Amino acid sequence: MNNTLAKQDKWLLLGFAIAVLAGPLLLKPFGAGYPDLLQKFCIFGIFAIGYNLLFGLTGYLSFGHAAFLGIGSYTAVWSFKLLTMNVLPAVILSIALTAVFALAIGYLCLRRSGIYFSILTLAFAQMAYNLAYSVLTPITNGETGLQLIKDDPRSLDKWFGVVVGDGIPSTNFFGISMVGYSGFYFCAVLLILSFYVSIRITRSPFGLMLKAVKSNQNRLKYTGINTRSYALTAFVISGCYAGLAGAMLAVTDPLAGADRMHWSASGEVVLMTILGGVGTLLGPVIGAGVIKYLENIFSSFNEQILNNVFSFLPDAILHPVVKVLGLFVGEGWELTLGVLFLILIVFVPGGLMQGFQSLQRRLSGASSGTVSAKSQGAH
Amino acid sequence: MAALEVSGLKKSFGGLKALNDVNLTVQFGTVHAIIGPNGAGKSTLLNAFVGRLIPDAGKVVFDGISLVGLPPHKINQAGVVRVFQTPEIFGELSLLDNVLIPAFSHRDGDFRFNGWSHAAAQAAVHDVAKRMLEDVGLYSKRQMLANSLSRGDKRRLELAMCLAQEPKLLLLDEPTAGMSRADTNSTIDLLQRLGDGKVTKIIIEHDMHVVFSLAEKISVMAQGAIIAEGAPDAIKADARVQEAYLGGAHL
Repeated sequence: MNNTLAKQDKWLLLGFAIAVLAGPLLLKPFGAGYPDLLQKFCIFGIFAIGYNLLFGLTGYLSFGHAAFLGIGSYTAVWSFKLLTMNVLPAVILSIALTAVFALAIGYLCLRRSGIYFSILTLAFAQMAYNLAYSVLTPITNGETGLQLIKDDPRSLDKWFGVVVGDGIPSTNFFGISMVGYSGFYFCAVLLILSFYVSIRITRSPFGLMLKAVKSNQNRLKYTGINTRSYALTAFVISGCYAGLAGAMLAVTDPLAGADRMHWSASGEVVLMTILGGVGTLLGPVIGAGVIKYLENIFSSFNEQILNNVFSFLPDAILHPVVKVLGLFVGEGWELTLGVLFLILIVFVPGGLMQGFQSLQRRLSGASSGTVSAKSQGAH
Repeated sequence: MAALEVSGLKKSFGGLKALNDVNLTVQFGTVHAIIGPNGAGKSTLLNAFVGRLIPDAGKVVFDGISLVGLPPHKINQAGVVRVFQTPEIFGELSLLDNVLIPAFSHRDGDFRFNGWSHAAAQAAVHDVAKRMLEDVGLYSKRQMLANSLSRGDKRRLELAMCLAQEPKLLLLDEPTAGMSRADTNSTIDLLQRLGDGKVTKIIIEHDMHVVFSLAEKISVMAQGAIIAEGAPDAIKADARVQEAYLGGAHL
């Protein structure tokens, strides 16, 4: 009895699984139906789901989760270099190691709350970033990034007598290569699993305590709850999600660089979560997908494309228009993201999920009471 | 038998002696009222009981456990539960969740990682929550968000939350402040019947109607010290109390 999901959540999980697995078909009309991008959606979806378990449930805004992403990637690449090209040990080791780091960093940072907590996490992430470029160069290979070479030991592979052809072998899951669609489906399955775990946690007594931490930590203390232990556990779990996402980045593209730990990467996952809807189950995944999709589109635009798009304009107007819009595409695509984010936060502060719900309400014209009851259940 | 023994309790804020050598014994299963003018140190005393502030000197012993220096959640788990002066509730959560949280706390202790079980399927805990909400007359509103309640209902909700923990010692900081007369009376009824003589209650209150309806013993505080103590009738007649607390007016 204790181990079942509510009916509503079963449907949510089923719908989610179908949508993810059918991703290549569903997203084809949008020009996003190819494995590289779909993998990115899945990986950053996992990252955002985990981040939301901390930020969405407990309200602790970590500004350093990219550090765990980086640690996960480095661990995975070292696992490929030293042990085996099989992704399973890489994933497991990455999660385990990030858990250790998250425990230590979380223990220190959670001595403070609010803005002080955010600054502490940011400080730790910057420390990790700078260490990766300096003292830890033997482990991280500095600016070049950690890469695979043909003569890596891969002791487990040798022990099992895995035959290596010419060149660097590709990552695999017991022989299934992690390139192309099989790589995507590996990520997709992990995304669905991650989503399932997040539903379970959200609906558990433990999850209820996390929501209580966000709502009124003081009351919770005087209700006999060790709030710091709960927050720390949430921090470690979300760190593990980030470690998994980092490992997946290395699985689909086996190299790791310190730029993955840059503060802007920590900021990105905050944006994804807020854009989709903080504290909702689906929101973070949608936020991650939207941001990665927009990044893909706008970063590929350049002035030439803009010239073609606006070629119907007279030259006198065309040049200034292209000049201005050019700032928002290519390397400046984050400017577009910033503008979109601004608009969204001003008009729909609850993120896309809130937007969908109010849209649904308006379309169906249902009484607000029943819809809000439904939406509460979906949170 | 003494449930709570306070001896030599002192706390200063700068030059102000908020608690000036407080000695107090509260008998098991009784309702003990602490009254006194504003600034007498009543809330400070409760804060020292629940670990919100650490006294400069003195002892607080509850049920054989020394409470001074323990963190708030440990004091709570020892059975000392407080209702705050301004209702402390989980405003963004439903009423049901508000009562489930203390019920889980009572069952699971100060920390338990049960991230895999389903909160909605824990029948025993839900029974407790339902009973508590029914007791305060809020069960029909269980799906509402706590923030949307009126102030009086918030107080009743907080009371239900505290009762869901099955406290041994219940500290009530002006439980009827801001309530209508009818709400006040129903709260008095509720406080009278709960616990069945097994729950010790300390109540801070300005409303003498509430104090004399509930209290079996009254301590009077003024300027950080207890100046009189006794049964309600004796306190009513005490000249010092009249002077300190009521400025000479008659009760």
